Amino acid sequence: MIATFLIQDGVTNGAIYALLGLALVLLFSVTRVIFIPQGEFVAYGALTLALLDGGKVPATTSLLVCFGAVAFLFDLWSMRRGTDIRAFLRSLALNLVLPGVIYGITIVLAPLDLPSVAKALLTILIITPMGVYVYRIAYRPLADASVLVLLIASVGVHLAMMGLGLVFFGAEGLRAEPLADDNYTIGALMVSAQSLCIYGATIAIIVGLYMFFERTLLGKALRATAVNRLGARLVGVRTHLTGVTAFTLAAAIGAVSGVLIGPITTIYYDTGFLIGLKGFVAAIIGGLASFPITAIAAIGVGLVESFSSFFASSYKEVIVFGLIIPVLIWLSLSGGFHEEE
Amino acid sequence: MSGNLLELSGIHVSYGRAEVLHGISLSMKPGSIVTVIGANGAGKSTLLNAIMGIVPSSGTIVYDGAPVPRSVEGRVAAGLCLVPEKRELFSTMSVEDNIELGGFLRSATERAETREDVYARFPRLAERRKQLAGTLSGGERQMLALARALMSRPRLLLLDEPSLGLAPKIVIDILNIVSELRKTGVSILLVEQNARAALEIADEGYLVELGEVRLSGPASEMAVNPALMESYLGTHS
Repeated sequence: MIATFLIQDGVTNGAIYALLGLALVLLFSVTRVIFIPQGEFVAYGALTLALLDGGKVPATTSLLVCFGAVAFLFDLWSMRRGTDIRAFLRSLALNLVLPGVIYGITIVLAPLDLPSVAKALLTILIITPMGVYVYRIAYRPLADASVLVLLIASVGVHLAMMGLGLVFFGAEGLRAEPLADDNYTIGALMVSAQSLCIYGATIAIIVGLYMFFERTLLGKALRATAVNRLGARLVGVRTHLTGVTAFTLAAAIGAVSGVLIGPITTIYYDTGFLIGLKGFVAAIIGGLASFPITAIAAIGVGLVESFSSFFASSYKEVIVFGLIIPVLIWLSLSGGFHEEE
Repeated sequence: MSGNLLELSGIHVSYGRAEVLHGISLSMKPGSIVTVIGANGAGKSTLLNAIMGIVPSSGTIVYDGAPVPRSVEGRVAAGLCLVPEKRELFSTMSVEDNIELGGFLRSATERAETREDVYARFPRLAERRKQLAGTLSGGERQMLALARALMSRPRLLLLDEPSLGLAPKIVIDILNIVSELRKTGVSILLVEQNARAALEIADEGYLVELGEVRLSGPASEMAVNPALMESYLGTHS
């Protein structure tokens, strides 16, 4: 009985880690960025949803407007040596108008008592564009930098986003209301509707990503960039296009994860980091390259975490992060890197 | 001079402090095949990379009467296309996907049209549509690289050593395909170590040595130039 409960708990958390792991693999393979701040999107998402539950206008909307303004300044700076009016208008629309519109929508909708699904969608709408701006501000100027430089930039972005989280949300933890409140009994198992939402959303995102990468030209261009960057440039795939697409997807996945996890744990401004790291463990097991292995490994991480928190709760994190060591040894013994050709 | 598709003047390229191209000038007429020959390390590939915008260069590149677009993507959109020496295929993706991505900047209808042409030209690839690019043989990979390039509907195709590492019979196949492509109105700038074969299909030839043009002229004259023959074409039998 306890085992089934632990398994359920593990799979639920594992599904969230799977989403984060997939986002990390996606970002790394397309942009070579090891994106430590992925967890911040989760925290932002969860906190935004919790504030919307309270009928407040979440601070993330102002943050979004600030991000957009900074991104706009970056665009202006790169346009200083002459530009065409279309690029300027595009930048204006993406960096100033879009966050402004989202801000307006949120101010109107936040005080209304919306159904929880609408609040979840609004949260995703607020967080997703942040991926665009984070890419524009932190990574696009570094498009040709080495993996190490990009990693250092990631540490910087992580600290900045965590700090901004503290400024905008405060140190207090929040818990969102569940998307659905019911519980179902299946045999001996009691399953909450929230867990079912998590499984459903995870599966939907995995299927959606699969369709995107297999069926659409843009998705194939992202894969092509991951396989051979020079080849992708030669067929006219812009590095900025794949970069911004990957970051937008990652932010959206982060926001969804936040919406899903917000109701089952209390989230603080800095909780995202630890959650993100567990997704990272799964992504490492997948060699930062394989989507299916990452997803399965994430479920494994969730299970190990739930069982170790029952049997040896004070060593829970140590055990989870210790998982990475044998994998790294195995990866380094088995002949190293799958460098692009 | 107007009327030229491509007009290079004074192209300099440096890698760090070392300058590898010291002011190359070259011009080609629309619909022609121009070949650049020379020894290993003469800077032939660098020249193609500079024209494509993959390596930064100084000097002027006039394409179709106007300065060439600044970005690689801009150049692809304008009809320039490079088939690099290493092919740079998407090895873990299918032949079909590789070909489809060649037309990334073209509309869906343009892609559909060109795709038919490409499969008709390379029936071998049509048979292997679903196969991964990485599992193809050397000759097939070169064909796929050409097919992918054609999907971008190029007006000027830059070919870097298309015969490198291929069996002699396949080299002939590939060069035949190249000279057939010209009939469709595509201009071709061909870099080759196999100088004799290249001069045979080309209209004009340029000999590049140590980053400078040493000799240029109609390909038929270059093919019988005694000095050139000795050093690059092998002594006449």
